[in-house]
Amino acid sequence: MKPFTLLDGLVVPLDRANVDTDAIIPKQFLKSIKRSGFGPNAFDEWRYLDHGEPGMDNSKRQINPDFVLNKPRYQGGSVLLARENFGCGSSREHAPWALEDYGFRSIIAPSFADIFFNNCFKNGMLPIVLPAEIVDELFQEVEAQSGYQLAIDLEAQTVITPSGKSYPFEVDAFRKHCLLNGLDDIGLTMQQQDKIKAFEIKHQASQPWLFN
Amino acid sequence: MKKTLYDKLFDSHVVHEENGTALIYIDRHLVHEVTSPQAFEGLKLSGRKLWRINSILAVPDHNVPTTDRSTGIQGITDPISRLQVETLDKNCGDFGVTEFKMDDVRQGIVHVIGPEQGATLPGMTVVCGDSHTSTHGAFAALAHGIGTSEVEHVMATQCLVQKKSKAMQINVEGELGLGVTAKDVALAVIGKIGTAGGTGYAIEFAGSAIRGLTMEGRMTLCNMAIEAGARAGMVAADDTTIDYIKGRPFAPKPDQWDAAVSYWRTLHSDDGAKFDAVVNIDAASILPQVTWGTSPEMVIDINGSVPDPKDAHSDVQRQDWERALQYMGLEANTPVSDIMIDKVFIGSCTNSRIEDLRAAARVAQGKHIASNVKLALVVPGSGLVKAQAEKEGLDKIFKDAGFEWREPGCSMCLAMNADRLEPGERCASTSNRNFEGRQGQGGRTHLVSPEMAAAAAVSGHFVDVRQLM
Repeated sequence: MKPFTLLDGLVVPLDRANVDTDAIIPKQFLKSIKRSGFGPNAFDEWRYLDHGEPGMDNSKRQINPDFVLNKPRYQGGSVLLARENFGCGSSREHAPWALEDYGFRSIIAPSFADIFFNNCFKNGMLPIVLPAEIVDELFQEVEAQSGYQLAIDLEAQTVITPSGKSYPFEVDAFRKHCLLNGLDDIGLTMQQQDKIKAFEIKHQASQPWLFN
Repeated sequence: MKKTLYDKLFDSHVVHEENGTALIYIDRHLVHEVTSPQAFEGLKLSGRKLWRINSILAVPDHNVPTTDRSTGIQGITDPISRLQVETLDKNCGDFGVTEFKMDDVRQGIVHVIGPEQGATLPGMTVVCGDSHTSTHGAFAALAHGIGTSEVEHVMATQCLVQKKSKAMQINVEGELGLGVTAKDVALAVIGKIGTAGGTGYAIEFAGSAIRGLTMEGRMTLCNMAIEAGARAGMVAADDTTIDYIKGRPFAPKPDQWDAAVSYWRTLHSDDGAKFDAVVNIDAASILPQVTWGTSPEMVIDINGSVPDPKDAHSDVQRQDWERALQYMGLEANTPVSDIMIDKVFIGSCTNSRIEDLRAAARVAQGKHIASNVKLALVVPGSGLVKAQAEKEGLDKIFKDAGFEWREPGCSMCLAMNADRLEPGERCASTSNRNFEGRQGQGGRTHLVSPEMAAAAAVSGHFVDVRQLM
């Protein structure tokens, strides 16, 4: 996994509440057996005016000029600014894969759905929860200023605006450690394998029917 | 200390805990074709093995066609879908995992077959790379959806890295009225607390109305806990739970049965256990529900009208409602019963069990789908549900009424196979999500119970099912 330390990124504002993972990556793209290549189809139904299917040449498709990802000023964005309950619905990890493949490394919102939030960390992405009024303020600033960037410092747990305002955010210590170091969860858990085996033996003795 | 059911389930599976992050042991891992290929690939690339092969049960469900199955996997016309199902078969073969393949009578929707086989048991931790894994909580199990990275993690280590959630109790007291189902309870709960109301919580559904539900009803309710934002929903174990499990293939063996039952009887919240949040709902106040918008919280009673954005309580909500009305092609203040439909879908992991089909058939019996209804699909949740329904003659009732009787799978709940809505088509659906494009790009979904879907099918528009009873 790619480590996440510091990010100075162009901000893309997606001004909708309850953005679900079906919208982030529609179902027809879940048929892939790969982890990569979902970026061109992130937000497919909002981003293009025609119907998308896997394997299409997306450069030949009809883009929706009104959708934020298609506006020239937001090209190359790596920080997605969103509204509440971002990533609700399906557990598909294809949603963070698509956002990461597109180029996003961090998402800022007042709240996230649990499974999506968790899936982000597994893919080197940092979801940041900021209070709704600060998110509101950031939306206004992004709209007002072309090329608006935020500086995100995971070690210090701060988001810094171009005018120098600094907003602290919370992040779970274990997840922070994994992100900063790009650590593979499985490798870490395998260090506990003696404990897992010991638990399993005890568990099987008390509820043998679970192991039929 | 007095414990909630969630405390009991979580605490009894902690392998290791450090700084509030726990490693919890997973008893049952359900696998389907969409969210597993990258996990199996990851294992292969890193040379890792499955920790406990017999904890896994696999089934293809999302991509399978619901029409003719006689040609097996070759009958999947979309080559990308076919490859995904073939990949599951190959991975299960390579790793020695039990799989109910497409041509197996036990094949079906993963959240239908787990309980049907007795592979979901009280006291278990259950995971699956699918958000509707919350369904299995109906058995007093701790069950939730995970992402593909976690699927790989559970395969390799039998554990999941977890932080304990907060606990919410939703009490539904009293008796549900005629024509009011578990689906209506689920939608009414989501309407009340919102789609983010349960975020960060594990929800326990309690109260006399919940105890009065069958296992099928409890599964419908827990299935939609995720639509309220909660990864896990659960119901305490009781006689209904125990009677359902007895005799199923993966149930405890006869010499294990008494010990299992005596443990299961402890799987309830202790009197006086503290919840972080409590929601009380009067069962008698719940009427048949219909969603009008593009989020499950956009829901109203059958005798209500589509809301007016002027009445929204914030700017964000007003914009949300305006966008939803536009997508759904609806005017504010339209009575729900004036909304005409094009298609009907009875199925999905929410409502495709035998009881759901019986209920819909009772409404459809002796009637015919309305002339404006282009297609009404009935998709049983599993091959065994289908066989049982046919034994009871339900297939004949549906076919006589103009419904199509299909093979089991996820079907038009998410339209990964060929069953889908065309742009602008409006559907009365027993599934769980009415998001934009969920049932097909531009499709318009209204979530309802099986009874209400059948009533809409024969009427051509939404109608209070109680008028047909």
